[in-house]
Amino acid sequence: MKKIVALLVIVLAIYACSSDDNAGGSDTPNNVMFDRSALLENWADNIIMPGYEDFVNQATTLEEAIDTFNATPSQATLDVLRNTWLTTYTTWQRISLFEIGPAETVGLRLNINIYPADTDQITTNIDNGTYDLSLSSNRTAKGFPALDFLLFGEDSDATIIAQFTANPNAQQYLSDIITDIINLSTQVRDEWQDNFRDTFVANDGSSVTASADRMVNDYIFYYERFLRAGKMGIPGGVFSGTPNPQNIEAFHNGTISKQLFLEGLDAVQDFFNGVAYNGGAQGESLSSYLDALNTVKDGVDLNTVINNQFNTARSSVQALGLFATELEAAPPTNFLNAYDQVQVIVPLIKVDMVSAMSISIDFSDADGD
Amino acid sequence: MTRIATYLNTATEAAPLAVFRVFFGLLMLVSIIRFWSYGWIDKFYIQPDFHFKFYGFQWVQDFGVYTYVLFATCALSAFAVTIGYKYKVAIISFFITFTYIELIDKTTYLNHYYFISILSFLLIFLPAANYFSVDARQNNKANGHIPKWSIDSIKLLLAIVYIYAGLAKLNSDWLIEAMPLKIWLPSKFDIPFIGHLLGQEWAQYAFSWIGAAYDLFITFLLFYKPTRSLAFVMVVIFHVLTRVLFPIGMFPYIMIVSALIFFDARVHKKIINAFAKALHYPKNLLKTTERIVQESPNRWGLKHTIIAIFFVIQIVLPWRYLLYPGELFWTEEGYRFSWRVMLMEKSGYAQFKIVDKVTGRRFYVDNSDFLTPLQEKQMSFQPDLILEYAHYLRKHFEAQGHQNVGVYAEVQVALNGRLSTQFINPNVDLTQEKESFKHKTWITPFKDEIKGI
Repeated sequence: MKKIVALLVIVLAIYACSSDDNAGGSDTPNNVMFDRSALLENWADNIIMPGYEDFVNQATTLEEAIDTFNATPSQATLDVLRNTWLTTYTTWQRISLFEIGPAETVGLRLNINIYPADTDQITTNIDNGTYDLSLSSNRTAKGFPALDFLLFGEDSDATIIAQFTANPNAQQYLSDIITDIINLSTQVRDEWQDNFRDTFVANDGSSVTASADRMVNDYIFYYERFLRAGKMGIPGGVFSGTPNPQNIEAFHNGTISKQLFLEGLDAVQDFFNGVAYNGGAQGESLSSYLDALNTVKDGVDLNTVINNQFNTARSSVQALGLFATELEAAPPTNFLNAYDQVQVIVPLIKVDMVSAMSISIDFSDADGD
Repeated sequence: MTRIATYLNTATEAAPLAVFRVFFGLLMLVSIIRFWSYGWIDKFYIQPDFHFKFYGFQWVQDFGVYTYVLFATCALSAFAVTIGYKYKVAIISFFITFTYIELIDKTTYLNHYYFISILSFLLIFLPAANYFSVDARQNNKANGHIPKWSIDSIKLLLAIVYIYAGLAKLNSDWLIEAMPLKIWLPSKFDIPFIGHLLGQEWAQYAFSWIGAAYDLFITFLLFYKPTRSLAFVMVVIFHVLTRVLFPIGMFPYIMIVSALIFFDARVHKKIINAFAKALHYPKNLLKTTERIVQESPNRWGLKHTIIAIFFVIQIVLPWRYLLYPGELFWTEEGYRFSWRVMLMEKSGYAQFKIVDKVTGRRFYVDNSDFLTPLQEKQMSFQPDLILEYAHYLRKHFEAQGHQNVGVYAEVQVALNGRLSTQFINPNVDLTQEKESFKHKTWITPFKDEIKGI
């Protein structure tokens, strides 16, 4: 008798599940089965891959500018080169946050934008004429920061032009840096197009190794480490007590750190909102995911809170002067106040957003307490 | 008094306790092997520069690379318990090594580790290797009867765990908001068969209410013979579901196996006979038809006093939170050791500001310089860990030559779907605060209210 009852319960339980299966996709208003594959497709097809495509094209333009400059070093070719460098560097801020999959494998960010540049190492490399840019010891001697030093490292443009005139080593170094950038980013772009896009989209589950969870972790890591700390916190002396103005991004140029930060902030907010790389159409995103969850939660509209704080942070940084100038103040109060607004976003995405989506940051057993 | 004396002298068959011992030992052995194979010994106990200590157990240290020896001893003890070889020594050794491991770092505290610690403590006093064990075989004595209280004490411990876990769910977040399941379940959409249901509100409420009812009543259903088999089916379904839905390791299996103790000896003898056959265990040692006459009547002794005190503590400890002001889920004062399981989606973000209190020079700490990701995550919403870390930071920076060091914590915590709010008073220098059982006045009071137990 007991066995019969037990069997009945099991059968009923199975029936309850399978009968719902047959009913097909349920569309009750409270259903928050957010479609993660649509989210991953939007990220891959509309944001990440067009981003890499654009960056590789930009980098190729930069290579042409370097070739032209090397052929005839002059004020005119230097100006063109500097402008192209700035455009490419700005484009880089749009893709720097996607350090996942192939980019993670090749260490794209580590190889392209580690600053401050090691100026001694760069000079030694050029003087020697022999170096291996793929060595990790050369990471601070290449990429955009090295170009920053080479193109802006002297007070007078004439000195810079003179350095490259009839100096094959220096010219070669410029070429090698851009070749390195192009090779790495092309490799990442191709890998996305050939294999990784499908792997990425297919891994649409929910676990620490699922694409969405990984991406969110990487996204937060980028915001906290590279945007917040790297571009503002460390130069501002937040972690050391004294400002380190030599640690701003594009230090030798000296005037564009703020612009690069703001571009990075835009990229982060656009990613949050699922804004397409080309054109600005919005697709499934962290923001729409939060909206879907909020309809059930009936709580605070977290999506709005986060977007508002992005906007507040942006306007506080926009109100600043050049980073280099701000950091001359002791203490750099205005700079630090703007940093505080950038900082406020961290708990919002790292605690509130992640908690709402039930995405875990580290893996081990838990019993929820 | 006579009733107690009679009860102490009531004997019962030893098979259920023997089966319990075998499964308990086996699962512990598997747990340790699993823990080892994941590389967690290194990751949680050897790598960290710093361990969070339980109050009063600051003296417990890891042994560096020799921590593996500690785990190996624990595993060997579990194996000896399983086969019932030198049982007394084995179970004492298991209790000490396992508990020691748990005391090394508070970060990894889980209710089910605590459960294993106290269960193995209780097992020290129970004659679990009288029957179907290497010990019994070496004595060559068919000792098929044991005092009834020894099996009842395990049932009582299970009852405490379940009922307190159920009582803890009787709060407004769990029952009225279906929190935190409303957050956790929808993210499990990719689970076969039921995944698509988990995003629906009714399912979240059903899981919450059924879960609470299950915890509250399952021991009674297991106790009452007519409902026992059905109850056991429910135990299996419930714990398998929790295993599928949440990363809770070995705990579900332990609870499933533990629930077997409620069945009468017939079932257990069937299990033992199956094992015995495979192991060529002498049949005459398994006979229980002849009643063993006890040589001297069982009197109340030290053993019984210890067990009685043990249970009084178990029953009282979960209520200690009533002595503290403020919301328990927020302050966590009196939260541990109380079977409050799966009740909170709580996470935090903590920044520590080091201030030279004379010059006013200040800077923030990069927590990843000092803590592992798991430590940082656990620290960021538990006040006692925050305080301990603050003191650690003071010592670290003083050793580096900083002077007049003040440590201030800026912490944001989100609890059960509420927007994150300030958790610690950012104007309090934590180096001036001492750890104690007193209420921590520097916790910012909870903004909302959670009604219930």
